[in-house]
Amino acid sequence: MKILYFAWLRQRVGAGEETVDLPEDVRNVAGLIDWLKTRGPKYEEAFRDTSAIRVAVNQEFANLDAAIATGDEIALFPPMTGG
Amino acid sequence: MSVRVQREDFDIGAEIAALTDGRTDIGGVATFMGLVRDVAGGEKIAAMTLEHYPGMTEKMLGGIEAEARARWPLDATLIIHRYGRLAPGDRIVLVVTASAHRTAAIESCEFLIDWLKTRAPFWKLEETGAGTQWVAARESDDHAAARWDEPSGSANKAAE
Repeated sequence: MKILYFAWLRQRVGAGEETVDLPEDVRNVAGLIDWLKTRGPKYEEAFRDTSAIRVAVNQEFANLDAAIATGDEIALFPPMTGG
Repeated sequence: MSVRVQREDFDIGAEIAALTDGRTDIGGVATFMGLVRDVAGGEKIAAMTLEHYPGMTEKMLGGIEAEARARWPLDATLIIHRYGRLAPGDRIVLVVTASAHRTAAIESCEFLIDWLKTRAPFWKLEETGAGTQWVAARESDDHAAARWDEPSGSANKAAE
C-alpha cells in the first residue's frame, strides 16, 4: 500500500511517501493510523491529534472510517490552505 | 474548461484574450487573482512555498470547475494555481469565468475561489524572520465555501 504525507505531516514523519505491507487486521483509515503510530516516536508525534488530519483514498476525500485495501493510495495531510 | 497547476507565472491579460478571442457569444468575464501578501499574523513574510498533491489537485480542480459549469451557464472557465516558492507580490491563483451575462460569471467566479480554498489539496508554508510555519486553515474560509453547499445556482439565498 502506498501512503503519501503532505505539509507538516510529511515533515514530522520524515518522508513524503512510503510503501507498506498492511497488517491483515487493518481495515480502515483509523486502523491504519493506529498502526502507523506503533512504528516509532516520529509517527506517534505526527498522528497524536487525528482531528487535525485529513484523508484521501485513491485521490478522493475520505473519512477515518473509510475502508482500505492493499493497492490503495492513501494520503494523509492537514486541512488544506490553497487559493 | 481548463485547469492548470504550474510553477510558472501567468499573464492575466493573455489568459483572458485566449479565452475570449473569436467568441461573440460571451457577454461578460469575471476574474479573481490571488497574490502573496507580505504580512501574516503581524509577521513579515519573506516567502511562501506552496505544496500540492500532484494528480489529486488536477482532479479536484477539474471537479470544482465541472460543478460550476453545472450550476451556471458558462461559456468558458479557467483555473490556474501555482506551486513552489513565491515572494510577496507574486501571483498565486487565477480564476476566470465567462458567460453571456454578468451574474453567472461573477457568482461562479466567487464560488470557484471559495471552493478551491477548502477542497484543493494545497498547503502554504510561510517563511518569516523567526523561521517557517505552515499556514493554518481558517474557519472563515470554511464558512465562505459552505454557503455554496445548497446547489441553488444562486448565492443570494445562502449568502443572506
